[in-house]
Amino acid sequence: MQVAGAYNPQQQLPNLTQQINSLSINGQPQQGPGQVKQPPPGPPQLFPQQGLQSNVQQPPQFQPAPGPGYRPPQQPQPVPGGFPPQIQSQHPFPPQSAGQPPQANGYAPQPQQQSYPPQQPQPQAGPPHLGPPGPGGYGVQSPPQPGGYMGPPNAGYPPQPQQPIQGQPQGANYFTGPPVAGPPGPGAPAPGQYGMPLAPGQYPRPPGPGGYQPNLPHAPSGPGVPQYPGMPGAGAAAGTKRLDPDQMPSAIGVMQEDQQSRGGVFQTNQRGLLPPLVTTKFLVEDHGNASPRFVRSTMYSIPAQPDMLKQTAVPFAIVVNPLDNPARDEQPISCVDLGPMGPVRCIRCKAYMSPLMQFIDGGRRFQCLLCKATTEVPPEYFQHLDHQGQRVDKWERPELCKGTYEFVATMEYCRNNALPKEPAFIFVLDVSYNNVKSGLVNLLCSHMKSLLENLPSHTPVGFITYNSKVHFYNIDSSLAQPQMVIVPDVADMFMPLLKGFLVPRAEAINAIDNLMNQIPAMFHDTKETDAVLGPAVQAGMEALKASERVGKLLLFHSTLPSSDLAPGKLKNREGDRRLLGTDKEKTVLTPQNTYYNNLGQECVGAGVAVELYLFNNAYIDVATIGQVARLTGGAVNKYQYFQADIDGPRIIGDLAYHLSRPVGFDAVMRVRTSTGVRPTDFHGHFLMQNTTDVELGAIDAGKAIAVEIKHDDKLTEDEGVFIQIALLYTTIFGQRRLRLHNLALNTCGQMADLYRNCELDTIINFLAKQAVSKSIDSTPQAIKEGVIARCAQMLATYRKQCANPSMPGQLILPECLKLLPLYVNCVLKNDAVAGTQELTPDDRSWMMYNLMTMGVGQTVHYFYPKLIPVSGPTAQLDNPLPIRCSRDKLSEDSAYILETGIYLFLWIGASVNPDWLQNIFGVSNLAQLNVEPITELPDVNSDESLRLRGFIRTLRTERQRHMRLTVVRQRDKMELVMNRFLVEDRTSDGHPSYVDFLCHMHKEIRGLLNQ
Amino acid sequence: MVIRWGRLWPLPFIEMTLGEFTTVDPFKVVKVVESQVTLHRRHPLPRRAIKEECPPTRRCLYTPLKERNDLPPIQYDPVLCTRSNCRAILNPLCQVDYRAKFWVCNFCFQRNPFPAQYGAMTEQCQPAELIPQFSTIEYTIMRAQVPPPIFLFVIDTCMDEEELSSLKEAIQLSLSLLPPNALIGIITFGKMVAVHELGCDGCAKSYVFRGTKDLSGKQLQEMLGLTRQAPGQVPAPGAPGAMPGQVPRQQGPVNRFLQPLSSVDMYVTDLLGELQRDPWLVPQGKRALRSTGVALSVAVGLLECCYPGNGGRIMLFVGGPCSQGPGQVVNDDLKNPIRSHHDIEKDNAKYMKKAIKHYEALGVRAAANGHAVDIYSCALDQTGLAEMKFCPNNTGGHMVMGDSFNSSLFKQTYQRVFARNEKGELRMAFNATLEVKTSRELKVSGAIGPCVSLGVKSGCVAETEMGMGGTCQWKFCALTPSTTTAIFFEIVNQHGAPIPQGGRGCIQFITQYQHSSGQQRVRVVTVARNWADATANLYHISAGFDQDASAVLMARLAVFRAESDDGSDVLRWVDRMLIRLCQKFGEYSKDDQNSFRLAEHFSLYPQFMFHLRRSQFLQVFNNSPDETSFYRHMLNREDLTQSLIMMQPLLYSYSFNGPPEPVLLDSSSIQADRILLMDTFFQIVIFHGETIAQWRAAGYHKLPEYDNFRQLLEAPMTDAQEILQSRFPMPRYIDTDQGGSQARFLLSKVNPSQTHNNMYAYGGSMPVPQSSADGGAPVLTDDVSLQVFMDHLKKLAVSSTA
Repeated sequence: MQVAGAYNPQQQLPNLTQQINSLSINGQPQQGPGQVKQPPPGPPQLFPQQGLQSNVQQPPQFQPAPGPGYRPPQQPQPVPGGFPPQIQSQHPFPPQSAGQPPQANGYAPQPQQQSYPPQQPQPQAGPPHLGPPGPGGYGVQSPPQPGGYMGPPNAGYPPQPQQPIQGQPQGANYFTGPPVAGPPGPGAPAPGQYGMPLAPGQYPRPPGPGGYQPNLPHAPSGPGVPQYPGMPGAGAAAGTKRLDPDQMPSAIGVMQEDQQSRGGVFQTNQRGLLPPLVTTKFLVEDHGNASPRFVRSTMYSIPAQPDMLKQTAVPFAIVVNPLDNPARDEQPISCVDLGPMGPVRCIRCKAYMSPLMQFIDGGRRFQCLLCKATTEVPPEYFQHLDHQGQRVDKWERPELCKGTYEFVATMEYCRNNALPKEPAFIFVLDVSYNNVKSGLVNLLCSHMKSLLENLPSHTPVGFITYNSKVHFYNIDSSLAQPQMVIVPDVADMFMPLLKGFLVPRAEAINAIDNLMNQIPAMFHDTKETDAVLGPAVQAGMEALKASERVGKLLLFHSTLPSSDLAPGKLKNREGDRRLLGTDKEKTVLTPQNTYYNNLGQECVGAGVAVELYLFNNAYIDVATIGQVARLTGGAVNKYQYFQADIDGPRIIGDLAYHLSRPVGFDAVMRVRTSTGVRPTDFHGHFLMQNTTDVELGAIDAGKAIAVEIKHDDKLTEDEGVFIQIALLYTTIFGQRRLRLHNLALNTCGQMADLYRNCELDTIINFLAKQAVSKSIDSTPQAIKEGVIARCAQMLATYRKQCANPSMPGQLILPECLKLLPLYVNCVLKNDAVAGTQELTPDDRSWMMYNLMTMGVGQTVHYFYPKLIPVSGPTAQLDNPLPIRCSRDKLSEDSAYILETGIYLFLWIGASVNPDWLQNIFGVSNLAQLNVEPITELPDVNSDESLRLRGFIRTLRTERQRHMRLTVVRQRDKMELVMNRFLVEDRTSDGHPSYVDFLCHMHKEIRGLLNQ
Repeated sequence: MVIRWGRLWPLPFIEMTLGEFTTVDPFKVVKVVESQVTLHRRHPLPRRAIKEECPPTRRCLYTPLKERNDLPPIQYDPVLCTRSNCRAILNPLCQVDYRAKFWVCNFCFQRNPFPAQYGAMTEQCQPAELIPQFSTIEYTIMRAQVPPPIFLFVIDTCMDEEELSSLKEAIQLSLSLLPPNALIGIITFGKMVAVHELGCDGCAKSYVFRGTKDLSGKQLQEMLGLTRQAPGQVPAPGAPGAMPGQVPRQQGPVNRFLQPLSSVDMYVTDLLGELQRDPWLVPQGKRALRSTGVALSVAVGLLECCYPGNGGRIMLFVGGPCSQGPGQVVNDDLKNPIRSHHDIEKDNAKYMKKAIKHYEALGVRAAANGHAVDIYSCALDQTGLAEMKFCPNNTGGHMVMGDSFNSSLFKQTYQRVFARNEKGELRMAFNATLEVKTSRELKVSGAIGPCVSLGVKSGCVAETEMGMGGTCQWKFCALTPSTTTAIFFEIVNQHGAPIPQGGRGCIQFITQYQHSSGQQRVRVVTVARNWADATANLYHISAGFDQDASAVLMARLAVFRAESDDGSDVLRWVDRMLIRLCQKFGEYSKDDQNSFRLAEHFSLYPQFMFHLRRSQFLQVFNNSPDETSFYRHMLNREDLTQSLIMMQPLLYSYSFNGPPEPVLLDSSSIQADRILLMDTFFQIVIFHGETIAQWRAAGYHKLPEYDNFRQLLEAPMTDAQEILQSRFPMPRYIDTDQGGSQARFLLSKVNPSQTHNNMYAYGGSMPVPQSSADGGAPVLTDDVSLQVFMDHLKKLAVSSTA
C-alpha cells in the first residue's frame, strides 16, 4: 500500500478519528465477552481494531479502501468528541472476570479517573479492574460475532484462562469486532460530511496520500458530542470523548497482566522460552540459558527461512546487558577458574565451553553446536559420560549447566600478556570559571571523600584539573602536602608524574582530603574561561598508560572547547538549531571534526573509558565531544545550567550510583552464533574496528548493546539457534575474566510461531536504536516513515498470514505486538528519535547517546513513562500502580509522579488536598508553594512525606540515576514540558495521540493488505 | 685606580709612544689592571678579525670591578660631554675653566658648560671627578633604582641520591648567603622540566614541560601565563629612601615563579627537601634522560619574559650530559660514548653542531636581557660543557667543573660565588655595559672576555676587528671583581691631523652596572698615554712593554683563534708572532744566533710563550672537550696574575735547607729530598721527593724527635690551604709522591729539560741549578724543552730570511 504518502499527523488524524468514531458507533463487539480470550488481566489488552468499523454490516461505511480516491471529508470539523472510542481491543477482558459481564456494549471502561462513570472499574487499580466490563466493554461488543476476535493465548503464556473459542489458536490476534458501524449518533456528523471513511465513495482510496486532505484542520475534539448509541458506557454519558483511548490496548494493562501471570520464577531450562516482560518482577533460575536480564532477544522462535523473516519485517536482534547483576534473590554468577589451562574452547570457532557443547566419544571429544566442529577435550578437563551421555560432573561445573558464568582468564587474554593491575579511576575536573562559579568544583571536592567510599579500597584514584592548562596532582602519602604539576603545553600532552599520581584510595585518603580542600581554594577566583577538553582526556589517558593500567576517566566539563592553542577546537554550530527535524539535521548531529573520534579510538586502544559529565550553560557540541564517550563505552551526562545548590544532590547521587555500579574495564565483546545466522549490526557505545569485536574501554551494568542478527542461510526447523556472547574484561579488582552468556532459541517453520514468541520491548529498543543510528545519515522524515512502514508491515503480515480471515477493515494485532503501535508512536515522538526545533542540538545528541546505551528495562519507561498517583487514597507507594500516560488521567485533586528514567516530575493538581500539601511541603496552599527551587522534597516529618521520599528514592535507585525532581503545579508553565511525556496524548508540536496514530497505522496496514 | 704598568695620569707616561703609527705598530700595552672590564666575544665574528699581517697592536687588560676602597662615594650623575656622538664623562684629564665654568672634553675637544650645581666650584674646591687621584670614579645613580638580583636555580635531578642530597644541601646553604630581598626561582629537570611556583600555600605547584621540545619565549610566556614587563620598567621601589630590599610586589602572575627569598624561604627549603630524583626508570645500559637544553631554554625564557634588562643569574647544576631534546650532546645509549676531541676533528660528533647552535642562541638571548648563566657541572664523565660553554662565556657566568657535588671542590667553590666584601655586599655585579671611548688617534678594534658585543658603532670603532669588534660597547651580564677583559686598540693615522708630538692618547672606560645592593652604578676610568715615535724612540716603546700582560693578551688571542681554527695553525701563528717580536725588539746581528739578546722587559716573554704552547689551552691531547672548554673559559675571564699562573704554573720548593723558595718550572727542580708545591691555578699539587716520601711512609713525622720533618711536611699543605681558601673556582688538591701516578700533573707541566732522550746524552753536563747532588728527575716525553725552543727561536729571529 502506498500509504507511504506523507503521513501528516496533523491533518490526517482528524479524519481518521472521525472514521473511527463513526465506525465505532454501532460497534458491536464481535465477540462476546466470553469469547474473548483474555489473556491477562491487563485492562487494555484490547486492540483497537482498526477497523473500528463494523465489519459486519456496514459494508458501505467502511470501505476497505480499495478505492483510490479517498475523499477528504468535506467538513473539516469532525466531531471529534463525538465518537466514543471505538477501538476495540480484542481482549479486553481479563479472564478473571469470570462472569461475562453482561454489558453488552461494554464500552470498556477504562478506568478513567474521573471522566468515566463510576461503574467502570479503575483500570489502574490493578488486575481486577480488567475484569469488569465484559468483553463487550470495549467497544467490541457482541460476543457472538464470529470472526471477531481471536484471542488465542500465546502458547507461552501459561495461565490463560479461557480461551475464546473461536479464536484461532494463534494467540495473538485480536481483532476487534468492529462494531457495527453505528450510524452516527444524532449529533454525529453524517459520514459524508465528515468525510467519514466508511462511505465508499468517500474513501476512495484510503491510504493514498492525496487522500487526506491537508486542509482539514480539525481539532480532534469537535464540538459536537456524538452520542453513540452503542456505547452505553461513559462515552455517551460523558459526552466528551470521541474515541475512547481507554479502549486501546494499554501498556499498563499488559504489564500488569504479565506481572500476574508470569511473575515468580522463570526457569531457563528450555530453548526459545519467551521470558516475562522486563517490567515484571520475576526471579530467574539459570538452567542453561542466560537470564533475560542479560540477554533479550526480539524473538524466541526464529524462522528457518530467511524469507519469512524478511516478510514479517520483525527485526531479529538481541539486546545484551553483559555486566548486569542478577536480581537480589537470584544466584550469583559463578566464576570458573580452570587454572593455567584457561577456558576450554572450540577448536574452530573458538566458542567457549558451554552447555551447548555436546560430549561424544566417551567424553574424549566435544562437538560445538555453533560450528559443529569437534574438539579434543584437554586431558585435564576430561570426564566420563554417564548413561545419558552427559558428563558426570555436569552439575558441578557451571560452564556445563548454566547459561551465564565466568571464566578466569589466563595471561594470554591480557593486554601485553601480563596480568592486569587494578583499574584506576581518574577524576578530570574542569576548573574554569563556569564550573567554579556554578559551585561544581566546591561541591565535588567536598563530596569526593564520600564518593570514593563507593570504590574498593585498593582501587587507584587520581586527580586532574584543567582550564587552559592541565594540572596533575601528586597525592603520594609521603608528601607533606599534595603537589600540583601543571602541564601548560596542551598541544602536546604528556604525563609529567610517574609516582604518586595514582594511589590506592584508602592509602591516599588524607592526601585526597587535603587536596580537595586545596582545589577550590586555588581556583576560587579564577578568571579563566577556557577549558581544553581534548588535552584533558589525553592527559588522563597518558596517565593511565604511564602506570600501565586501564581505567576510567570521569570528566567534568563545562564549555565548548574553543581555545586556539589546544587541539580539538570546536566552533559553535548552535546557530543551526533550526535544522533539527529537517533534512539537514544531520549536519548538527554529526561530529564537526574527527579529533574526538580519533581520541576515543586512542583511548580504547589504551583501555581507557571516558564518562562525560557536562555542565554547560551554552552550546557545547555534545554531538562532537560525546564521541569520546561513545567510542570508549562511556556515557554522556548533561547538567545544563548547573547550580550547586539546586542540582548538587543530583550530580552527587549520579556519581555515587556510577561509582558503585559493577563495571568491567578494557573489555572486548564477541557474539558467536550457530551457523546460518550471524551478527551484523551493533548499536551502543563501543568501538568496532572489525566486524566482530566490540571493543570497550569500560562497560558497566547499566549499559546495553543491541546486536542485529541476520540469516546467512536457511536453518533447519529442529535445530535451534544458539548464541554465545563472550565478554572479556578486567574486574575492578584487577582480575581478567570472561563472562559468557549462552542463549538457545527455537527455530520455526510457521510464521505464527514467530509472532507468538516476540518480545515487543526488545523490538522497540532495537528499532529505536536503529532509528537513532540512522539519524546521522538519513533524514528524519525517511526514518520516521521507515519505522511506520516497518511497523505496518509487521502487523499487516500477521493479519494476512496468521490471523483468521476476517473483514479487511478490522485491525487485528498479534498478542505479543499489540502495543506496537502505541510504542512506535512513543518512539516517534521521543526526543532522541525526533528532535524538534524546541530542542537544542545538544539535548538531542544527549538523548541519542542516552538511548544508545539503554537496556530494554530502561527503554520501556523511557518511551512510555511511568505515571503514578501519589496522593489520595489510590496512592499505594509500596506497590505503585501506574496509570496510562495521558492528560485525561490526571485528576485535579490528586498528585502524580511521572518518571521516564531521565526526568522525574511531581504534578500537583490544582485542588489537591491541603492536608497532603501540608504533609509533603509544609504549606497549606498550593499558591504558597514556590516550586522553582525545589529539586528534592522538603524534609517534613510526616508519614506521607517519608513515604513519598522513600518512593522517590526507590525510583532513583532502580534507575541508577538521581533524577532531578521537578515539581509542576497544574497550569504552571512547566506543565507544557511535562505534557510532552504524556505520550498517549497529542503533543503541542504535532505528534499524534495514541488514538490518532493507531488509526493511521490501521490505514497503513489496510494499504498494505490491499496491495 | 692604578694602572699597574703605566701609571696614572699625573705621573710621567712612558707608555704610549707615538710613532709612525702608519707603518709600524709598536707594541703598546696599556695594562689597566685595576679597573674594570673585559671583552670577549666569539660567535658571530669571523676570525678575520685578527689579521695575520697585523702584529700585536695596542691592547690592554681591563678589570672593570677591581675592588678598591679608595673610591669616593658619589651619589650624583656624571657630567657628560654635550656633543651627541661623544658623551664622554668629565674626568681629571679635561681642561677646566673654573671661572667661566667650562670644561673641554679631552676626547672631542668640545667646550661644555658645567651644570648649575657646579656653580660653587673653584680650583681649590674641586668636585671629586676632577681630582687627579680619582681617574677612577664610581657614580651611584640614585634615580634609577633596580630590583634586587635574581637567582634562578636550574637543578638536574638525574643523579644518584647522594649527589642530589649534597647538591640540595649546597643550594640550601647558599640561600642563607643570598640577600634576603633577592628574587629566587627554581627549575628542576630530568626527563621533563618543571618550573616551580613558589610560595603557594597548601599545594606545591609546578609547571612541567616535555624535555624534548624547545619553546620560544612567546610560547613559554603564554604557557606560564606571564605578563611581560617592558624592559627597564622595573618596579620602582617607592621612595628613594626605601629599603633596598622592599621592592613592591608586582601584581599579576610574574611573581609566581620568582619571589623574594625572604618571603619564600621556608617554602623553598621544603621544596628542596622534598625534591626527589627523577623517577623515571633508567634501563640497564642507558643514560638517564636529561633535558638540560630545554631546562636552560625555559630558564632563559622565564627571565626574559619577567625581568628583561634586570640583572640575574641562572645557576645551572648538571650531573651529566643532556641526552634528549634540543641541546642533546649524546643519546641515552651507554654504548655511545660522549664525543672526544678526536671525534670532533673527524666530524664525528653527531649532535655537537646542533647543540652548539642551541646553547649559543640561548647565550645570546640571555646576554641580550642581561642575565648570566652559570654552569656547575659535576660528573665523572663529560657533561657537554663544550657545547654549553657559550652560555657562561657570553654572559659572564661561571663555569665550574668537578667530579661530584659531594666534593669539597664543588661545595667550596659554590659557596665562594656568594662571597661578600667588607661591606657585606655580594662580590658580584649584574647586567653591566662597558663602553670604551678613545681620543681620535685611537680606535677600538675589539675585546675578548666574558661578554658580548652590543653592536654599537661610534666614531671610535676601528675597522679591523680583533676578538669581538665592530662596537664600542659590550655587555657583561655578570661581573666579579676579578673579571678581566682584553681590549684591543688601533692607532689611526688621520689624514691632515697628525698626532701632535708630545700629545697623549686618552681612553675612557665607562662601566654601568647593577650593584648587588640594587643600585645602578657607573664606574669611569680614564687613562692617558704619551705618544712616542717608534722610529726615534723605540726604547721608550720597549720600555713600556709589559711582558706579563702581553703574554696574557697573546694567550687570549690564541685561545680565541683556537676556538675556531685548527690547533696546529694556532701554534704556528703564536710562533710567528713571537719571532716577529724578537726580530723587532731583540738585539742581534743578522744570522748570528749567539748574538741575540732581549731586553729585560722582554726576557720572560718567550718563556711564557713556550709554556702557553704546551698548555692545555692550546694542546687538547689528554683533555676532553669539556675540560678544554673549562680551561679556556677561565683563561678568558681571570685577571693578569691568575692568567699567568694558568699559563706558567708556579713552583715552590720546600726543604730542610731554608725557607720555601720559588724554583724553576723545570724537571731539574724535582729533587728527592724536597717537597714541591705547584700551583697551576686549576690544581694544587704537593709533590714529595722520593726520600721525603720514604720518610713519610716510614712514619718519621709521627715521631717526636723528627718534629722538624713533620713541620716540613705541613708547610706546603698550609700554603696550599691558603691558596685553596681564596681561589675561585677552588683548585683540585693533589697530594702525591715522586713516582706516584698523580705525579703526572707535575711532570706534564715542568719544562722537560731532562728526558729519556737526553739524560744520558748530556750526562752530568747539564747545569744543575740546585746544590743537590742529583740533578732532578727525567721526564719521559718527546716534547722539546725550553732550551731547544729558545735555540730555535734565536735562530729564526736572527735569520735574515725569516
